[in-house]
Formats: sequence, structure tokens, C-alpha cells
Amino acid sequence: MNIKDQGTRPIVTEQDIVLARQACRKLAQDCGLRLVAQTKLVTAVSELARNMLVYGGGGDLHWEILEDGLRKGIRIIFHDEGPGIADLQLAMTDGWTSGNGLGLGLTGAKRLVNEFDIETAPGQGTRISITQWS
Amino acid sequence: MNFFPDETGRMSQFDQSITDALIEQQSSIQAAWLATLEESGAVRGVRADELKKQTADFLKLFSEGVVESGGDYWGANGWAGTREFLEALSHSRALQGLDAQQTATFVFSLKRPLFDLLQRETSVPPASLVTQITLVSELLDMMGLHTVRTFQKARESVIKRQQEELLELSTPVVKLWDGVLALPMIGTLDSQRTQVVMESLLQRIVDTGSDIAIIDITGVPTVDTLVAQHLLKTVTAIRLMGADCIISGVRPQIAQTIVHLGLDLEGIVTKANLADAFALALRRSGLTVTKAS
Ligand SMILES: Nc1ncnc2c1ncn2[C@@H]1O[C@H](COP(=O)(O)OP(=O)(O)OP(=O)(O)O)[C@@H](O)[C@H]1O
Ligand SMILES: [Mg+2]
Repeated sequence: MNIKDQGTRPIVTEQDIVLARQACRKLAQDCGLRLVAQTKLVTAVSELARNMLVYGGGGDLHWEILEDGLRKGIRIIFHDEGPGIADLQLAMTDGWTSGNGLGLGLTGAKRLVNEFDIETAPGQGTRISITQWS
Repeated sequence: MNFFPDETGRMSQFDQSITDALIEQQSSIQAAWLATLEESGAVRGVRADELKKQTADFLKLFSEGVVESGGDYWGANGWAGTREFLEALSHSRALQGLDAQQTATFVFSLKRPLFDLLQRETSVPPASLVTQITLVSELLDMMGLHTVRTFQKARESVIKRQQEELLELSTPVVKLWDGVLALPMIGTLDSQRTQVVMESLLQRIVDTGSDIAIIDITGVPTVDTLVAQHLLKTVTAIRLMGADCIISGVRPQIAQTIVHLGLDLEGIVTKANLADAFALALRRSGLTVTKAS
């Protein structure tokens, strides 16, 4: 598997989330993702970028364009150095929120993409990687 | 020879040879002025031909002003044309998005070329040269201040208008029929905007006594949990007011995304487009549309 292109953008304001969505939609289009796959990916990006801003105190969005044989894909890694998630199983439960959200962002994002990985620990920040294939 | 008292009662005058030189050497003054302007970077974004015309027009008005009102009495009638010109210039600069300093530089950068001109006029006695330079300097200062003042006013009105436009844009509640309101949402929903828009929709429902509100999300590119939360809250509020709500513009890709996200929109009537939602609203109001025979 090859990485064809990559980049990083900071997520520190609400506006950055809007721009990240737009940028990722563009990348997904360039990758040849179909409209439904694009929309799903962009929605997952919206969720994870906002979590990073709201709970992680902001962080970085790193994107990679992947090539694996005939299929192309886009991987997006969200990394923050916030408090991390103490009880990951609880956080990954539909409807559970520590704030006043719907508690569907993490679980929803996982269902929206082809691959979802999360590494987190209290005091260690959070790193989430998602991948969508064409 | 011009001989006029200024506002403080001081008598000032421009030397005749200077007045003549101002008129005769307009094109070389303009060239030097344009060069200074270019260098200052204060005219970026202003078209070259536009700038050429502006500097020529100003120099013409300036020498007329000098002839008609003499020296430094900026309030005099002879300067009315110059004042109007500078006001128009301030307005156009404000619209072009230049700042106050860049706008005032238009006037201030004329100082150097005019000082050079004065110094070249060897027929002016050295003692009088200082007076002449002071005169020009004071005059241009007054003009610069006038420019800044009108620029500020123009800028404020531009900003005010933009704010009003934004507010209007964010509250496009449309009455489709007696008792049927539509709210076409456009753009990003996750900001204060949503709050304002939703509140104005609720207010309009009260004001118009409507029974059905259609929220159209065709123009919303992403429906995530935050957007959904706003929508759910609004639908709940509309129902509490005794009205019904339909959400339209739920395209196939948005519908699939909503399902995967796990959003529960059960109990909310959704339609793929505004036309379908309107047709339903009419039906619910007991109205039918028939073709005129
Ligand atoms: N980057 C992060 N750093 C720390 N905690 C996080 C992070 N992301 C998520 N969490 C925790 O996980 C919980 C669940 O997140 P999830 O996105 O599923 O729901 P939510 O953000 O509370 O609501 P919403 O449905 O609006 O997204 C959050 O309430 C928060 O406590
Ligand atoms: Mg969330």
C-alpha cells in the first residue's frame, strides 16, 4: 500500500471544522469516492474533529491518500493531547455523552467508515484513525 | 495673485509663479505622484487607468482651488470641488476594501512632488519658500484629514449594511401559503446562526398563526449529530406550540448517513424535496391543487 499524498491541518476553532469538512470532501472526490461514501466520510470527519475540539482542546487532522492495488482510499488521523478517554467502552456506547451531545459521534463515525481505530488513555490524549475506500 | 484670510484670520498666499507652475507642470507632477503612490503600496488593487484618472482629476481640481481660493483656507468655496472629489474617492476606496491609511496616502503622497516643484521654482525668494511649503503642507494635511473622516463614515455604513445583509440571509422564513411556512436552510448549521434562524422561525409561526412549518435542508451539505440535535430541538419546540413540522431536502446520501449515525428521526415527517413537503402540507390543510380546465 502506497501513500500518494498527505497533509496536516490544525483544528482549533469551529471554523476549522467547516474548512476540514470542505477539504476532506474535495479529497474524497479526487479519490473517486462515490457520493454516499463521500458524505459518510465527511460526516465522520465532522464528528471526530468536533470531539477533538470540544473534549480534546483542539488537535491536528492528518490526511493521507492511499493506493492499494486498484483501489484508492483516504485515511484521516485525528490527534489531540487532551485528557484522553477513561472508559472507552462507555464512550463507545450509543447515546452515552459526558457533555450534552447525543452521544452518537464516536459510534456513528465508526459505522460510517470502512476502518476505525482508536488509541486513548487518561492523560495520554486521543488518536483516532479512519479510512474510507473507493 | 491670490490673497485670502484663513480660518484663524491669518493672511496667506500662493506665489503667482507657483500657481502658474502648478497649472503648467501638471503632467510631470502627476508622474512623480504616481511613482510615490506606487512605491507606498497604498494603491494595490486599484486599476492603473483608474488611478491615472483620479490623480489627473485631483491635480486639476487642486490647481483650480489654488487659483480660486488662494492658499490655506480649506473651508473656502473654491475647494468645494476638491472636497466632493475626496469624499467620492473615500467611498470608492472603502468599497474596494482599502484601509484608512491607504486612502489618506493618496493625498499625503502628493506632498513630496509638490515640495520638489516649489524647490525647482527658483524665481521664488528663499524667504517666501518656507511660507509656501508650509502652506502646501497645511493644505494637504487638511485634505488628508477630510479624506480619513469621510472614509471612516463610508466604512461604517458598508459594515452596517453587510451586517444587515447577514442577518437577513440567516432568517429567510418564507410564507408558502396561508398557514404554511418554509425555512430553507443554507450552508453550515453549526454556529450561532442556527440559533438565530430557529428562533426567528418560531417567532414567525406565532406571528402568522401558521400550523405547518417546513424546514428545508437541501442547502445543508452535512447533517451530523450537532445539526440533528438542532433540528430535533426545533421540531420539539414547534410541536409544543401546537404546529406540525416537516423536514425536506433529505437526499438519499443524507438519509443513509443519518441511518449509520444512528440518529432517531422516528416520528418526524421527512421528504426528499421541498415540493413533496409542500404538497403534503397542502393536503394536511385540506387543500387540493387542480389543473384549471
Ligand atoms: N477527543 C476526545 N478526548 C476526550 N474525550 C472524548 C474525545 N472524543 C470523545 N470523547 C468522550 O466520548 C464521549 C462520546 O463522544 P461522542 O462523540 O460519541 O458523543 P458526544 O460528543 O458527547 O455527542 P455527539 O453525539 O453530539 O457527538 C464524549 O461525550 C466525551 O466524553
Ligand atoms: Mg461528539
